[in-house]
Amino acid sequence: MIDWSHTALTIGIILGGALMLAGLLIWVERRLLGIWQERYGPNRVGPGGCLQSLADMIKIFTKEDWIPPFADKAVFVITPAIVVITALMSFAVVPIAPSFVIADLNMGAMFFLAMSSLAAYSVIIGGWASNSKFAFLGSLRAIAQLLSYEVFMGLSLMGAVLLAGSFNLSDIVEAQRHQWFVIPQFLGFLGFFMAGLAEAHRTPFDMPEAEAELVAGYHSEYSGMKFGMFFVGEYLSVILLSAMTVILFFGGWHGPWLPPVMWFVLKMAFFIVLIILIRATWPRFRFDQLLSFGWKVVMPLALMNLLATGGVVLWKQG
Amino acid sequence: MKPLCYIHDLLLGLWIVFKRTFTKPVTVQYPEERPYLPPRWRGRIVLTRDPDGEERCVACYLCAVACPVDCIALQATDNPNAHERRYPEFFRINFSRCIYCGHCEEACPTNAIQLIPDFEQSEYARRNLIYEKEDLLISGTGKYHDYNFYRVAGVKTRDKDKRQGEHELPPVDVRSLMP
Repeated sequence: MIDWSHTALTIGIILGGALMLAGLLIWVERRLLGIWQERYGPNRVGPGGCLQSLADMIKIFTKEDWIPPFADKAVFVITPAIVVITALMSFAVVPIAPSFVIADLNMGAMFFLAMSSLAAYSVIIGGWASNSKFAFLGSLRAIAQLLSYEVFMGLSLMGAVLLAGSFNLSDIVEAQRHQWFVIPQFLGFLGFFMAGLAEAHRTPFDMPEAEAELVAGYHSEYSGMKFGMFFVGEYLSVILLSAMTVILFFGGWHGPWLPPVMWFVLKMAFFIVLIILIRATWPRFRFDQLLSFGWKVVMPLALMNLLATGGVVLWKQG
Repeated sequence: MKPLCYIHDLLLGLWIVFKRTFTKPVTVQYPEERPYLPPRWRGRIVLTRDPDGEERCVACYLCAVACPVDCIALQATDNPNAHERRYPEFFRINFSRCIYCGHCEEACPTNAIQLIPDFEQSEYARRNLIYEKEDLLISGTGKYHDYNFYRVAGVKTRDKDKRQGEHELPPVDVRSLMP
């Protein structure tokens, strides 16, 4: 018997929290980028500027919501929803604390991979439905990038799954009670984090929306709240990437003294700030280098890592 | 090992950027904090008065001629009550065209037109950027406090006779210069 009220409360807290955090991140990122570039960033709205996202939201709602006459209207309108829905669906399997999870699926890790593959479609059909050159180029890049990085995202995640012996994310966290998987699975962590950056189209893998070259890439033609949805979706996937990195490689909620939720949020915040720091520092890949780096460097490393992990697990079992 | 070099460089970059968390931003928070502008900074244009409180401008049109964007318009007239002294009947500067080059100030023989360190001239309507004489004329002397053109001019004015200006030698007896 499922306790419906408890589930509803958990859904409310996790999804509401994720959306609030995504809104807050829009401000946090701009503020941190400002600080790291020796300026202030948005610091006028509210104390320290923390209500900037609210002001942005009011602005974006009052903007003209323009659908280009040359676009494929139905697909064009659906796409921003897919971005947010797939990102929010993934949060269903994210265990924040023991038994504080919406759906404790047996195949949690697989569900996460499936949802991030679906998110790739939003980018692809968004660029295609826009029917303009820059959006099309952006989505072409997105297809190649997301498809190739999807592969070793799954492969590097398998190391953690092998060590824990389960696809269930709660079990994976529980298996890290004594040792975080980042130590035996350092290569796996690097591969997963890089692939995650590529999935969330963050620098240095932000080729699909490279604003210096492609206007805004696949969402060039979007305006108003549709653009806002793409924006929120991107920050949701940043949060998701940080949460999954913490769960798979950094022991999830485990940690001394503080309550489990606090540990989870602290570790997640660390990775979110790291992702923003990477954006403030590293330049973008060239597109051919991006693909050759993915297939010729990270892919073999991920395969070797998987092979070695499998061997060690078998050898330990005797 | 080249790959290790790359990784070291990438991490060093991250560290250098992270260290910026603790440096003070270079931004000047403008409306609250105002930067120091030197007195010769070229901002808003004013018409000044001499120490006696009279207009310095003699409506010679040199500023209008020097202006590269033709934003100065004026019309000379005489004041029959004051020794036929010339002054501008109207003096109009279109600040939507002005490029604040300062050529008018350099051309001015009487130090009447001056650029001052004030740049806050934003307007909602473009027509408000056209300044008439009453907007331009200030009651002070601007950057040159003691200068009065008519006192140093080598001509007879209502204040002084010929050769009686400031820093001017007394009349020379031409015959004494004979060899």
